Amino acid sequence: MTEYFNEMFEAGHVRAPYAGLESWVAAMPAELRQMKQAEAEALFRRIGITFAVYGEGGDPDRLIPFDMFPRVFTAAEWRKLDRGIKQRARALNAFLVDVYGRGEIIRAGLIPAHLVHHNDAFEMAVAGFVPPRGVYSHIVGIDLVRTGPGEFFVLEDNCRTPSGVSYMLENREIMMRMFPDLFRENRIEPVDGYPELLRRTLASVAPLKCDGDPTVVILTPGHFNSAYYEHSFLADMMGVELVEGADLFCEGGFVWMRTTRGPQKVDVIYRRIDDAFLDPLCFRPDSMLGVPGLMDVYRSGGVTIASAPGAGVADDKAVYTFVPDMIRFYLGEEPILQNVPTWQCAKPEDLAYVLDHLGELVVKEVHGSGGYGMLVGPKATKDQIESFAARLRAAPEAYIAQPTLALSTCPTFVEEGVAPRHVDLRPYCLVGESIELVPGGLTRVALTEGSLVVNSSQGGGVKDTWVLAE
Amino acid sequence: MLSRTADNLFWIGRYVERAEMMARLLAVGGRIALLPGVHGYRNEWESLLQASGTSAGFGRKYDAPVQRNIETYLFFDRDNSSSVVSCLERARENARIVRTALTTQVWDAVNTAFQEARQLERTPRSELDLGRLTDWTMRQAAQLRGAIEATQLRNDGYDFLNLGFFLERADNAARLMDVKYYVLLPKAEYVGTGLDTYQWQTLLRAFSAHRAFHWAYGGEVTAAKVAHFLILNRQCPRSLIASVSGAEQHLTHLARGYGRSSPAQSQVRGMLGELAELGVEDIFDEGLHEFLGRFVGEVGALTARINEVYLSGDAR
Repeated sequence: MTEYFNEMFEAGHVRAPYAGLESWVAAMPAELRQMKQAEAEALFRRIGITFAVYGEGGDPDRLIPFDMFPRVFTAAEWRKLDRGIKQRARALNAFLVDVYGRGEIIRAGLIPAHLVHHNDAFEMAVAGFVPPRGVYSHIVGIDLVRTGPGEFFVLEDNCRTPSGVSYMLENREIMMRMFPDLFRENRIEPVDGYPELLRRTLASVAPLKCDGDPTVVILTPGHFNSAYYEHSFLADMMGVELVEGADLFCEGGFVWMRTTRGPQKVDVIYRRIDDAFLDPLCFRPDSMLGVPGLMDVYRSGGVTIASAPGAGVADDKAVYTFVPDMIRFYLGEEPILQNVPTWQCAKPEDLAYVLDHLGELVVKEVHGSGGYGMLVGPKATKDQIESFAARLRAAPEAYIAQPTLALSTCPTFVEEGVAPRHVDLRPYCLVGESIELVPGGLTRVALTEGSLVVNSSQGGGVKDTWVLAE
Repeated sequence: MLSRTADNLFWIGRYVERAEMMARLLAVGGRIALLPGVHGYRNEWESLLQASGTSAGFGRKYDAPVQRNIETYLFFDRDNSSSVVSCLERARENARIVRTALTTQVWDAVNTAFQEARQLERTPRSELDLGRLTDWTMRQAAQLRGAIEATQLRNDGYDFLNLGFFLERADNAARLMDVKYYVLLPKAEYVGTGLDTYQWQTLLRAFSAHRAFHWAYGGEVTAAKVAHFLILNRQCPRSLIASVSGAEQHLTHLARGYGRSSPAQSQVRGMLGELAELGVEDIFDEGLHEFLGRFVGEVGALTARINEVYLSGDAR
């Protein structure tokens, strides 16, 4: 039986960061809790924050379950995370500038060339191009798990368009509205500066050709996208336009949006669509979501695209293994946050080990996301393991494996009262003229007892995440 | 403002106004059904389908124009793009797309209308009498308009929302009056008879204006008075001139804000000028049907101009 680190209780005592919550939860009878939970759900539904799961059908207005029990970090814990996350974001961006430039890290023999150049996310179309301020990934989402008081591991990096930040902000709004006393009694760092920081970050990477105040827009695939709420929420909070591909056109070396006053020049596009759909003339010709000619304007310095096309090559699960090497190579520093030990199934000796130990490992698709197509060995049946082994043998290069981590737990409201449930954390690091991180992030919680899968598409929920002030 | 955003706002207004018109029609139908069948020469429910322009669609789906089927078709049916639920659903869909251009209160009103409509769909029909459905719809529309008036920034978005309301109202009102002559009263020799008067009153009810009419005019209900009230009287909030005047104000506001006049503005000024000069006898000289047909055409042309200049995004 694995021992899991419980973030609130340690050897029968309440850990310091949670001291303020002990009396709060004790003073909450079941009826009040249910009332508050219903109130929270009504609030979420009223503001329209919903989440549609790809391929599941059903209610397109489904809510992600919100758990009212906050997850808490001390100032000291956060200081370490803050330094580690920023360090990683710097290294990932340095790597991207390098692999689309001289490729020093490959020449130095630290990362195999085929891993980069044969990667699906590698865009030849931007080779040799350096985006403004040398930033490829402007919003870096780093997924973290915890296994002990000081033990944090990076599970994966998200350099393209990490989603979920609207939940971080709305969860806090709703907690403050429902439990104002908690915020009076505890000194909790605010997170509501995020949209303004994001706007400033994006404005700071405006192209050289932009004179004057840069016009920033968010590019969404449209209201059928499951993250549409977030796109519109961020546009609103930043005070920028939310555009679709058809709202933009390229002319005279610039990008313009169609407005009721006529065309208006756009300088920075925070895109929430994949590279492949950005420009039908450069990538997928059947894309209706993008803007014809966008890449030409981009490469001639007429517009900035955030994240930059091609940024995805840094968050590939196979490249992930090398991030500690990147930190040493580009920054000359030791990594502050550790990687989870990872077996590359593409290597024969690693594959042999993985096949022998499937029952205790987590196996993931290299290009997968959202918790689909993965095997959680200890939770799988014999049949599931056998059929997965067959898939693994057929295409070993498509998989990596990691040990099943003893994910920490946080108290969570369940049917019977309060019980520990496994959690992870995604903070959102902003990279522009400076590197910024708001003290907080999105805590995802696996609501099913014993489950280690926190993805919202697989029955996960979310919590408000607190960082206590000094 | 993005042209697409303006377009979505415009259509929120149109859909909500259309939903309200459907509810008004249903309310009138329900009232007629309570009266003894003295005017049994024609099924009154059928005339409602004509008035709402949904007769053909209804005929494809149902046999008899009986109350229950009509309620279903005009209120709930998603196959009928003009049903109350369809309109509210599309208004909400448009609102969801332009969430950033709406205040929380306006979004709340649109979203609540949609969520409650879905609850009504799940409620057994035996618990839903017609009065509850029509009152509910008019209340939702009123709440939305109230939220817009009380909270929405007076910017170009506000103008586009209101243009949608006014143009849809002008169009619906004209069509509804036109039906009076061609469906309710197919034969010219009925004009001026008791039946004629009764039908004018029904029309006033559809505009929720029968009590207002008596306040404004008093005495006999005559065709001339009703036509004057519903077409030329600015005091009647649903009259044609009130709707055109509303559209004119918002187009002027837009032109001023953008610092350039538009062909839509010139056109609406022309329409307003003509209505202001007109007497009710001029309308009857031209023929009510001819006049209304021309008016509906002009509203359509105005909509096309607005689309060209502001909503399509093609203007340079």
